[in-house]
Amino acid sequence: MSTHRITVEVNGAVYKRTVSPRLMLSDFIRHELHLTGTHVGCEHGVCGACTVQLDGDGVRSCLLFAVQADGSAIRTVEGMADGPELHPLQAAFSAAHALQCGFCTPGLLMTIESMLDELSTMTEPEIREALSGNICRCTGYQGIVEAVKATVDSRRKEGR
Amino acid sequence: MKPPDFDYVAPTSIADAITALGSDSEAKVLAGGQSLIPLLAFRLASPALLVDLARVDGLDHVTDEGDRLVIGAMTRQRGAERDPRLADRCPLLVEALRQVGHPQIRSRGTIGGSVAHADPAGELPGVVLALGGRVHVTGPAGERTIEAEELFQGFLSTAIADDEILTAVELPASGPRTGWSVVEISRRPGDYALCGALCQVEIGDSGSVVGAHLALIGVGDRPMRATAVEAAMLGGASPTEAAALAPEGLSPGSDVHASSDYRLHLATVTSRRALTQALERAV
Ligand SMILES: Cc1cc2nc3c(=O)[nH]c(=O)nc-3n(C[C@H](O)[C@H](O)[C@H](O)COP(=O)(O)OP(=O)(O)OC[C@H]3O[C@@H](n4cnc5c(N)ncnc54)[C@H](O)[C@@H]3O)c2cc1C
Ligand code: FES
Ligand code: FES
Repeated sequence: MSTHRITVEVNGAVYKRTVSPRLMLSDFIRHELHLTGTHVGCEHGVCGACTVQLDGDGVRSCLLFAVQADGSAIRTVEGMADGPELHPLQAAFSAAHALQCGFCTPGLLMTIESMLDELSTMTEPEIREALSGNICRCTGYQGIVEAVKATVDSRRKEGR
Repeated sequence: MKPPDFDYVAPTSIADAITALGSDSEAKVLAGGQSLIPLLAFRLASPALLVDLARVDGLDHVTDEGDRLVIGAMTRQRGAERDPRLADRCPLLVEALRQVGHPQIRSRGTIGGSVAHADPAGELPGVVLALGGRVHVTGPAGERTIEAEELFQGFLSTAIADDEILTAVELPASGPRTGWSVVEISRRPGDYALCGALCQVEIGDSGSVVGAHLALIGVGDRPMRATAVEAAMLGGASPTEAAALAPEGLSPGSDVHASSDYRLHLATVTSRRALTQALERAV
């Protein structure tokens, strides 16, 4: 079967690789680029653990072939912190105990970060619905919703 | 959960896409992949060649033609949902889009892919049927249009031939004094509906209902138009009276998610709520 030469930018670094069409973006990111922060749960689009950002939009990397991402800019959870300095959303997760085992966390962070403008206009039930594509088996979601609210509140105070 | 091997092409013109699709009897179109890729992961489909439409010129657009809106097949659902022109000119579509899966699904999922996939519980097939839209398709023999009434032929099957590509979805633009509503019942937000009602009503100068469109999803092998309910609304019935006719002609299956009887009950409930809300919005 055919192989394809692709160029993608991931967290600001440019990678050129040869891929077979059936390689999922999730496996490309984990096995080829060794960025294992992106987690894989269900591999058929229902759990949200594999969410990354593709040209700014949250997408499921298990429902996307690497070859489809040719020419795109991808952001993964590894792109969030600035050295030891956590991203404000990560810091809010820590403060609100929004994670226990952490398996769902990268996907939630990627989803939430991609939707911050929309989330800042939402009521709590709307926030819960917006996050319904990410399954967390540990926290009961309360801490996650609190982290979202804390983040949008501090953004608002900063005038964003 | 890994897809089988296949070849992949990403043509940049409709003509090249048609040629690629015709080059292999086991070729299939790839749009957003949000339905097709899970089918591959489960190995329920094993095409020899995927023809990705993402780089084809001219398939990602929203064109306002006055009384009709033409939406390119590769318009992403998330883009359409945030398009102020569609919110203004086809609010039923925008409300329906918000109930399709989750935001991350809609970032990739396309308008054309959802209609071509023809899931009996899909919201967009319901919108196309309710509003009496049509689709534009192109194949080796040229272009043609297919009316909504002929488009949906059964479970995941449409009148679009294997060697044809859906290029655009055309919907009537909503006029003055139009109300709309999408009401669905599902176990969790983002799940396919156990039953859903998509409706639009138009009020005339005298204040009576002059247009009534209602499609039900999740209650058959394809989206179903509730003609008895529509006729009752045009005849002056109340939403409660009209919605009581919703189960007419339906025989939904029973499965692990809901029994047939429960789905019939939901057909009435969702129709009543949707008609009531649409009328309220039509002022
Ligand atoms: C977790 C999850 C939840 C979901 N929930 C919902 C939901 O609640 N409601 C809902 O409606 N959908 C739901 N979906 C499906 C989603 O809306 C898909 O985006 C949509 O059904 C298919 O669109 P696509 O662009 O992804 O098409 P693809 O998956 O790429 O294609 C689907 C099928 O249509 C064919 N096709 C696609 N485009 C064309 C074209 N232009 N011409 C000819 N054939 C074409 C393909 O060959 C394939 O057979 C869900 C999906 C997931 C993973
Ligand atoms: S691993 Fe992608 S959605 Fe579950
Ligand atoms: S923290 Fe364990 S699944 Fe969410």
